[in-house]
Order: sequence, then structure tokens, then C-alpha cells
Amino acid sequence: MPESQTAHLKLCGITKQYPGCLANDRIDLSIQPGEIHALLGENGAGKSTLMKIIYGVTQPDAGEIHWQGERVTMRDPAQARERGIGMVFQHFSLFETLSVAENIALALGAKAGTPKQLEPKIREVSQRYGMPLEPQRLVHSLSIGERQRVEIIRCLMQDIRLLILDEPTSVLTPQEADELFVTLRRLAAEGCSILFISHKLNEVRALCQSATVLRAGRVSGECVPAECSDLELARLMVGDAEGLEAEYPKSEGRAPFLRVERLSWHNADPFGVSLEEVDLEVRAGEIVGIAGVAGNGQDELLALLSGEQRLPAAQAMHIRILGDDVAHLRPDARRRHGMAFVPAERLGHGAVPSMSLADNGLLTAYQQTGMVEQGMIRRGKVRAFAEQVIQRFAVKTPDAQTPAASLSGGNLQKFILGREILQQPKLLIAAHPTWGVDVGAAAAIHRALIELRDAGAAILVISEDLEELFQISDRIAALSDGRLSPQRATASTCPVEVGRWMAGQFDTSDTPVSTSAA
Amino acid sequence: MLLSLQPRGEASRAMLWFSPLLAALLTLLSGALLFALLGHPPLETLKVLLIDPLGDLYGVSELLVKALPILLCALGLAVVYNARIWNIGAEGQLLIGALAGSALAVNIIDWDSRWALVLTLLLGTLGGAAWAGLCAWLKTAFNANEILTSIMLNYIALNLLLFAVHGPLKDPEGFNFPESAMFGDATRLPELIEGLRVHGGFYFALLALVVVWVLLQKSFLGFQIKVLGLDKRAAGFVGFRDKKLVWIALLISGGLAGLAGVAEVAGPIGQLVPQVSPGYGYAAITVAFLGRLNPIGIVFASLLMALLYLGGENAQMAANLPQSITQLFQGMVLFFLLACDVLILYRPRLKLWARKPALVSAKEAPAT
Amino acid sequence: MDMDLLTNIFYAMIRTGTPLLLVALGELVCEKTGVLNLGQEGMMLFGAVIGFIVAFASGNLWLGVLFACLAGVLLSLLFAMVALGFNANQVATGLALTIFGVGLSSFVGASWVGKPLAGFEPIAIPLLSEIPVIGRMLFAQDLLVYLSFALFALVAWVLLKSRIGLIIQAVGENPNAASAMGLPVLRVRTLAVMFGGGMAGLAGGYMSLAYTPMWAENMTAGRGWIALALVVFASWRVSRVLLGAYLFGLASILHLVAQGLGLAIPGNLLAMLPYVATILVLVLLSRDAIRTRLYAPVSLGQPWQPGH
Repeated sequence: MPESQTAHLKLCGITKQYPGCLANDRIDLSIQPGEIHALLGENGAGKSTLMKIIYGVTQPDAGEIHWQGERVTMRDPAQARERGIGMVFQHFSLFETLSVAENIALALGAKAGTPKQLEPKIREVSQRYGMPLEPQRLVHSLSIGERQRVEIIRCLMQDIRLLILDEPTSVLTPQEADELFVTLRRLAAEGCSILFISHKLNEVRALCQSATVLRAGRVSGECVPAECSDLELARLMVGDAEGLEAEYPKSEGRAPFLRVERLSWHNADPFGVSLEEVDLEVRAGEIVGIAGVAGNGQDELLALLSGEQRLPAAQAMHIRILGDDVAHLRPDARRRHGMAFVPAERLGHGAVPSMSLADNGLLTAYQQTGMVEQGMIRRGKVRAFAEQVIQRFAVKTPDAQTPAASLSGGNLQKFILGREILQQPKLLIAAHPTWGVDVGAAAAIHRALIELRDAGAAILVISEDLEELFQISDRIAALSDGRLSPQRATASTCPVEVGRWMAGQFDTSDTPVSTSAA
Repeated sequence: MLLSLQPRGEASRAMLWFSPLLAALLTLLSGALLFALLGHPPLETLKVLLIDPLGDLYGVSELLVKALPILLCALGLAVVYNARIWNIGAEGQLLIGALAGSALAVNIIDWDSRWALVLTLLLGTLGGAAWAGLCAWLKTAFNANEILTSIMLNYIALNLLLFAVHGPLKDPEGFNFPESAMFGDATRLPELIEGLRVHGGFYFALLALVVVWVLLQKSFLGFQIKVLGLDKRAAGFVGFRDKKLVWIALLISGGLAGLAGVAEVAGPIGQLVPQVSPGYGYAAITVAFLGRLNPIGIVFASLLMALLYLGGENAQMAANLPQSITQLFQGMVLFFLLACDVLILYRPRLKLWARKPALVSAKEAPAT
Repeated sequence: MDMDLLTNIFYAMIRTGTPLLLVALGELVCEKTGVLNLGQEGMMLFGAVIGFIVAFASGNLWLGVLFACLAGVLLSLLFAMVALGFNANQVATGLALTIFGVGLSSFVGASWVGKPLAGFEPIAIPLLSEIPVIGRMLFAQDLLVYLSFALFALVAWVLLKSRIGLIIQAVGENPNAASAMGLPVLRVRTLAVMFGGGMAGLAGGYMSLAYTPMWAENMTAGRGWIALALVVFASWRVSRVLLGAYLFGLASILHLVAQGLGLAIPGNLLAMLPYVATILVLVLLSRDAIRTRLYAPVSLGQPWQPGH
């Protein structure tokens, strides 16, 4: 990129050390006015740290920040905002109990005016950039896409020169993402620079003129995304890790194992989602994938399937395992039917953070013969089980007595998945199995799932990562606002169609779920 | 701030046990400072408070007498607090135990049978359990915060007790004192050693100690209670019956407190009086934390607390200090403990020495 | 019931409700920022004893009030240091504060028990106080009661209308987001804890300087705890704190009503009523967990440190 004009932002040698990890190692980066620049890298590569440094949330240990030609220090976010830098966080920094206008007023500072005074400007900005928004609405009543608009409009209320977006499309359907790109291009055309943080290669290629790729805290390459292949970009991101291109043969599946029929559930929680007439079938020896943007009923469906949320006995037939009604059973009883679960949150749901791996093994495997005898825990057997999991699934840990919280995400996930697989489940339900996990661990997890499938187990995977679902699932469906789309063989559909399902564009009434005989 | 805290990444096991000792030491230091400020010779006064009471066998016996109810209550609290159910109601459960036991005892003064004692103790234990059961019911059926309900039940229990000694249980021949009649001999817990007040409740405390230790350290029930306390969602995820666990933990806790209460009236006191407990149930809260919710730790902590009670009485007589010095020290030691506990998860750094965060070895990397 | 009795009951209801209102307003602000301070009872007692001693020694009631507040603030700073600075469990720290405050107040006040003091006297506002029934209730109270009305108005305005209210709400809901936005979370919380301490101290001072002008051990008799329940009862809404405080005030003076009705119920049983009422209220209001979730500050009671 020719340096025809002064770069809006120029970073030189930014270094940041956290206890135990060098998050940023001598990073250089420059962004021109009106440029849409991608920051690529997998989880843990140091993207978040770098943007926090730019936005003044944390301070670098070494290195220089140049803003519009001048060397500056970003003391705090307020100072960054004053200079015209805005940021949209991945986990929104919005307050649900406050209105849109109150949220924006709070962020802009006392000088900008009261919420009431800001309302006209909010309306004006939201219309100008094609993001309709009602200032008086409470944030908790907004959809996730609308919340993102609040964040963006909050940045646009000021004279903005650089907008940083952290994985903005991870909460959007493909169609919503396209709308966002229209807004971003318009902004760039007005001269605003955009730093777009992502790990989705196709989006980066569609939107960004240039890219900086991070790996393990360092710049591993700079490129023009449109001129690079997926594989080239992925190599830059993860090096030569195996499993990048893994393709797994699809499977047909055999007899139905889990059947969910017309499962409806009213969620009394006003922040939650209610499920409507969900029909789903998982056969032995297949992986069914459920796509969807977070907050469309995944948590609720999972709770109903695992038994954390039970239905009254009269509705027990809505979830059946091999003909047995189970919707009224507790999780432990469902496990006796051969079910096993890997929840979305590893710490605080799937594992007790402060307990040892051994105790976390006992947590779900206690019904295994021998771990508990006459109400007493057999410590030797508990430890042996955990050690077996650690060994079989290559979990990196000093020993089985290590607390779950001190393992890395990938290793803990391998332990949790291994703990369930060693119980030889006939049905495994896993939510976001590779979320926040490094590429190596993700590949190992995928292989373990495929192996379990090939051994004849039924598997249901709920994930927000469409790519992952297309890679491993044999049939696929999508959740949208508590409704489940029809399921289709993965080989005979495409991401665009599933994207439409994620946006709720499907009709369940005329597509029979199952053709196999009951 | 001059002091900065650095996360250790992993809890320090050494600090887990060092912190209570440090807290005790800081309490002693602050106590000495306080005495000096009030014009009492600090070391002399600390001796009066903490060493003099144990000068003879009688003193040791008194220490055990005071430690028993505290230990029983604190063992029960260890069970509920492991489930992160904040039962503040040991005091009320103790009073109800005393009241329930007394209600029976004053009606069977003439009995000779050993059953008199058994039934009295049983009724007291059940009374305490029932009082805690109220909390369990309010929590499981109505989602009512147990901190507030249990403390309200303390005040209600105290008023019930006062009502009883002023009314239905008042000794008709007691010159209108608010006290019950003295219990019959068959209802009294026997002295262990002739002439000393330490009594048969000692065996119950030992038994309770073993039972609670096995429950918390060895049993699957204890494991479930701990999981519920550490991580409610994980407990729900595997299908532990949370309401049942709340009930069990509170019933055990209340039962032990009730036993403590009835053992007081059937033991050293011998009748129901308004001052059954000088705040044993509250002291047990401090003891449970100081003992790290671990039965063995609690034994030491309750002995320390009993010593503070004895010392408080001694200080009043010998040094003319208010007896409330006991509670003052109780509060101090708990405060210091909580403050010192910061060392378990954090490494203190004085900003004066370390301007830049020092590099920490990779072994201690925090969870990612 | 005749008119006079009704007037008396309403008058006493406000007097009895005032200390509850003061503590609960302080705790409300504190909880709104996400901090649960169970030390109210301890801070109240310390405020009561210090207020009494200062007023007695100096002969100046207002100096007593000032020191009662300062005493509450002082104890609250201990809480802030341990629970906010050192990230300790807020429940345990609050309990420690109450145990400590009870002990400290008894210790400090040991030689002041039962000494007589001429406390605050009611001041009737001409004309207004002559309105039947509510005149005496609202316009013939002592100055501290009038002060409590003003403090209520102030807290209500700050929470509902001001930018500070927005900040308090934000910090209590999501300290991480608030911090990312540049709000000084720990400072806001510390100030809120101090405000809570000052209010609790003031409430204690009201007890020992106006309500029953004397010092007795444990004279607050659980009012600090009832105030905590009251905040739950109010679903963290300021107007309902006012309502709740006076309803509880009413429950505490039911013996007056009983006398009026000519009922002979033992005093100890009547004394239980406020506590029973508290439990009933908790039962009625907590049953709906969703509702509690809607109004309770999301981060209530959770330790938070910047930058992790």
C-alpha cells in the first residue's frame, strides 16, 4: 500500500506481556484514511490485546502509537474516543436495563447532553446509515443485531476517524452481515478508517482492502485478502497445523435414536426464548448439526434435551429415546438412557472451575459402576478414570489433581468431551464444542466426534460456526427465534440456504421431518 | 493505591492455612494496641485474656464446656456453608433446641429412666432441625433468601424463649424469676469428671465431628453438597437434586445447633434461662470460616473461640474490661481472616518496588 | 378505634419507620452499584453509640448526629477495603462487619449504658400540624424525621433523574462494560458503600438521640437486617423503600393497635411481629424468581477487580 498520505493510525513495535504469555510481540500496523483493514488471527493470537491497546483499555509495555502523524499515548478509552476512535466490542458493553439513549448518553459523557437531548441526533444518525433504531427502547428488548447497531451508532455520534469492530459478524446471520458491510463501506467512503477483526476469511475477502495476520502474538504476514486463497490465509493464521483441510466422509445414519416431536416450551424469563413446535430426529451413526445465531433458543433446547429443564410428565412424549418418553426425566436418569452432554460453557457448567479434574470426572461419570459404593467415594477409581481420559485424549495437564480452571480452553474441552465419550454414550449432545479452542484441539475434537459416530453413536452438535457444521455434520438444520428449520443432508444444501434458515426463512409445515418408519 | 494485587493464577495451598494464623496474630497485635490505648498494659492484659483462664484443670474443663456448643454449631455450619447456603441462624436453632428440650424436661422431672435424657436430647435436636427446616422450606418453596429468614428466625426464637420463661415454662416456685424449674437428675448430662463441669455432651461432639468429617471428605452426598456450593449450574447439569440437598444440609446444621442448645440446658445450666447462649451461634459463624469449613480446622477454631469467651469473663473480673471484648475480638479475627485471604488468590506487590509488572513464569499462567 | 388512637398510630409509624428508611436508602444505593453489605446492623449500632457519646459529652445533639454518620462511614470503609479492595466474599465480609460492629459498640458503650440524655424533641409546624390525623404524622415530628424526608427526596432524584443515577445503574448491572467505558467502577462502589455507612450511622444516631435517647447494647434489635429485607421487598425501587419502611414501622408498633383494640397478647409475642412480617414479605416477594431477576442489580454480591 503506497504511503501517499499520512496514515490515520500507525503502530510500531507494540509489545504486551501478561503473566505467562507474551500477548503482543513487536507488532507493526498502519491504516490509511478510508481504508478497511482486517486484523486476522485465531483465538489467542493477540488480536483482542492489540485493539484494547489502540482503544486505551490497556497500556503496551513497549512500542509507539502514532495517530494522524503524531506520537500519542492512549491513557484510557475516553481519550481514544476524544481523538475519534470508536470501538464495537464482541461482547457488547451495553446496559440492558437502560434505554438506547441512556446507554449512548452514558458513553458520550456529561458534556454531550442528557438522554433526552440526544434523541434527535440518534434518530438522524441511525437513518443516515440505514440502521433504524428507537432511542427510547430498553436494550433488553432489542435483538442481538439491533444491539450491535446501538454500539455502532454510539461510535458514529461523534466525529469518528477510526472504527474498530471485534468479530462483528459472529452474532449476525449471513444476510445481516451483508447489511452491515453496506454501512461500513459507506463509512469508509466518507473517509473513516475501519479495523475489522475477524477469523472468517470469506468476509475479510469481501470487505477489506488489506489485512494484517497475527499468530501467537506476532505479525505473521500482511496481504491483500482478495489476492490470497483460503489456504494461504489459513497458513498465515495457524502455521502448518494439521487438520486445516480435514474432510470427513458423510454418513447416512441408521435407526432413529432420539426423536423430538412438536416440542414447545414457554420460557417465563422475559430475556429468554420460547421454543415452538421443534421437530428433530437424530439417528444412530450420524451427526446432526444445528446452526443459528446465539440467543435463538439454543440454550433452551439444550436445557430441555439434557434435563436441566424438565417437562411435566404429561408432556414426556415430546422427547423420546428409542421409544421411551424422557422429557420429564432428570439429567441423571437421561444419562442412564445412554445420553451424554457437553454444554456450551466449559467452566461453571460443564466443569466446576475450582475442583480437580478427578472430581470433575466423578461429576458426570459417578453412575459408572464402582466410583461410588454405599454412598462413599472410591478415590482410587475416580483418579484412574480421570487419568484414562487425560491419556486417551491427550489432555495437557500436570496431573488429575489439577483444578479445571487452570487448564487452557482446548485442553479442558478435550477433558470434558473425553469424560463423556469414555462413558460410551449412545447419544452425545455437544454445544459449541470448539468455541474458543485452538486449531489443533479443534481438529482433535472433530476427529473424536467422527470416531464416536463411526462407532455407532448418535450425535447432535449445536454450533454458531457454520463452517464447522458443514465440515462434520451429516444432516443440518438451523434454529431461529425458537423454531427449528427442516433438517437436510449437509451434502445437498449450502451455507446460503442455511443462512436463510438462520434468519427464519423456512416453513416447517410442508416438510415432513422424517421419512423413516416409526 | 500503594499496594497492588497480582493474581496468582492458582490458589495457594500454603496461604489457605497460613491466613487464619496470620489473622489470629494480627488480632492479637490489634488487641494489644487497643489495650495500650485504653491504658491497660498490653501484654499483661493479653495474658489475662488468653493464658490465665487455662491455669488449672478447672480452666481446661471450662474451655471444653464453652467449646462444645460452638463446635457443634460450627460443624453444622461447615455443612451448609459448603453448599453456600448462608445459614446465619445457628443461634436461633440453638435456642429452639434448648426450648424444645426444656419443654419436655420440665414435665418429666420425676422420671428415673435414662430415656428422659435420650428423649430430651432428641427433642432438642429435632427442634433445632425443624427451625432450620423452616429456612429450607422458605428457600426451596418460596425462593426466600436464607440469610434474612434465618436471622429473622433468630429474633423470633429469642422472643419465643423469653415468652416461654416468662409464661408457660416459668418455674411456679421460682419467686417469679424468668426461669424454668431445675431439670430432674435423669434428664441431666452426667459430668465426665467429678467436680468439673465438662459433661457427656463431649461424646456427642466427638461423634458429630467424625460424622461431619466423613460426610464432607468421603461421602458422595458431601461431594454433591460441595458441587452445589461451588457451581450451581454444574450441579443442575448433572441432575443433583438441589432442593433435597438444601434440605439435608440445613437439617443437619439445625440439628447440630439444636443439640448444642439442649446439651447446654441439660448439661451445665440444668434449667431453661433467658441467657442460654452468649451468642454461641454467632461465634460459630466466625469459627466455621476460621476453620476453613473443614471439621479439623473447626476444632481448633472453636477452642480458640471458647478461650476468648473464658478470657472475656476473666478480663471483666481481673482487668475491669467489658465482657463484650469477646465479640470485639471475634469480629476482628473474622475481618482479618477475610483480609488475609486475599493472599490465597493474589500476590501482594508494593508499587514502590515494582513499577513494571514482573514477568511470571509460564507455569503460573492464568486460565485462558 | 377513635381518632386520637389513629393519629397516634400514624405518628408512631413514621417515627418507627424512620431508622428503617434511612438504612434502607443507604443500602439501596449500595446494592444498586452491585455491592451487598450485610453489615448494616453493625454500622447502625456503632453510629448509635458514638452519636450518643459525642452528644452526651459535648451537649450538642447535632454534633452527635454528625459523629454517628462518621462512625458509620468509618466502619463502611473497613468493608470497602476488604470486600472491594481485597475482593473478599461480600456476604462473609458483611457478616464480619456486623459481628465486629456489635462487639465494638458494646465495648465502647459499656460505661454509657442507661445514662439519660435529652434527645431531639418534636417540632410542630404551625397550621400544617393541625390537619387531622396526617398533620401530626407529617408535620409534628423531630428534625431528624424531616431530614429523612429530605434525604429520601434527594436519593430518589439522584437515582431516577440524574447522570449519577445512570452511572450507578450501569456499574451495578455490568461492571466490566462500565469499566470498559471508562467509568471508575471501584470508586463508584466505594462511594456507595460509604454513603450506605453514613446512612446506617445516621439511622443509629436517630435511635440513640431521638427515638429512645439513651444507649443500650443491641438497641437496634435487628433493624439493620430488616432494612436489608426491605430493599428486596422494594424490588430495588426507591419509592417502595419509603412505603416498605413505614409498613414495617407499623408492624413494629402493633402493640399500640392491640392496646387500642383491648387485646391482651404477651409482649414477647408481639415483639416477634416485625420479624414475622419480614419473613412473610420475603416469601410473598421472592416467590417469583423472574421478577427478582428483572429488578435486582445483575452484579449484586459478585466480587469484581479491574482488568482481568
